[in-house]
Amino acid sequence: MSEKGNFFWAGVRAEFPLLVGVFPFGMIYGALALNAGISSLASQMMSSIVFAGSAQFITTQLVYESAPGLVIVLTIAVLNLRHMLYSASLAPYLASLSTRWKVLLSYLLTDEAYAPGIIHYEREGLQPFSHWFLLGAGFSLWSIWQVSTALGIFLGTAIPESWSLDFALPLTFIAMLIPVLKNRPAIAAALSAGVVALAAYSLPYRLGLILAALVGIAVGTFLEGRKSPRGTL
Amino acid sequence: MNIWLVMFLGGLITFGMRFSLIYLFGRFEVPETLRKALHYVPPAVLSAIIFPEMFLHDALLNLSFGNDRLLAGLVAVLVAWFSKNTLVTIVAGMLALFLLQLIR
Repeated sequence: MSEKGNFFWAGVRAEFPLLVGVFPFGMIYGALALNAGISSLASQMMSSIVFAGSAQFITTQLVYESAPGLVIVLTIAVLNLRHMLYSASLAPYLASLSTRWKVLLSYLLTDEAYAPGIIHYEREGLQPFSHWFLLGAGFSLWSIWQVSTALGIFLGTAIPESWSLDFALPLTFIAMLIPVLKNRPAIAAALSAGVVALAAYSLPYRLGLILAALVGIAVGTFLEGRKSPRGTL
Repeated sequence: MNIWLVMFLGGLITFGMRFSLIYLFGRFEVPETLRKALHYVPPAVLSAIIFPEMFLHDALLNLSFGNDRLLAGLVAVLVAWFSKNTLVTIVAGMLALFLLQLIR
């Protein structure tokens, strides 16, 4: 096998455990998007146009609540800001690649592709075909995400209304939230955002969501700043 | 706004963020405060969505035992805390809601 192929398949192998974990979520997303009233074509296409799990789940929830499009777009923007960190962290390793490669690998840069990718670069260092590893990880995840979405849309049509499937969305968010509550600033960010979301719920255009998120982020950042020695000037 | 336009803009922004610093390498550094702030995006955004789902019923605060979604949500919080497993959490929460609706 060529060296490119070796790197590509090493990327696929490193991604494999994540693929197993991601598969059910693609299915859940597909079923929920359909349940929220998004057409099967749009539900499927979101998995390749947006290609970001948490943003797709939140879009689904907001469409279900009939939130205005601009609020949904803003929420996606805030939520995906973290990708700038991944972008910054991989940038030195991708600096010598052509723009075409940079575009392709950026498109495939999800949480699940970043994790094995950065571990590979940090462990093995930069080699001539390292980017094929990232391609293997990113592309295998992309393929599985498309297939599992399709399967979810297919099965979603068979789930009866009485199952309260819409509740699976907040449950998914709870399961994502609890593990990130690692320290006091994070817990304070979550609690303050939650309380503001309740108090500001009646604001028009679901702006309460954006306001709550910004307050939570500000509270967490402020508390962390106070804790560190540099912050106590 | 049309769902296709939302998806197109959302996808463009997402791609833009993923591409941003790979493209700008050497010309722009993420400021320290922004780097810190980004850690709090997930807890803030997620609870801003979860809280109204659990605590509000028809846009009114409902903290009573009659609020099935609040109770089922609390079950999910406990299960998430101990299991650290997303699928187990979803199944437990759905099961709790199903049982609560059954006994009422």
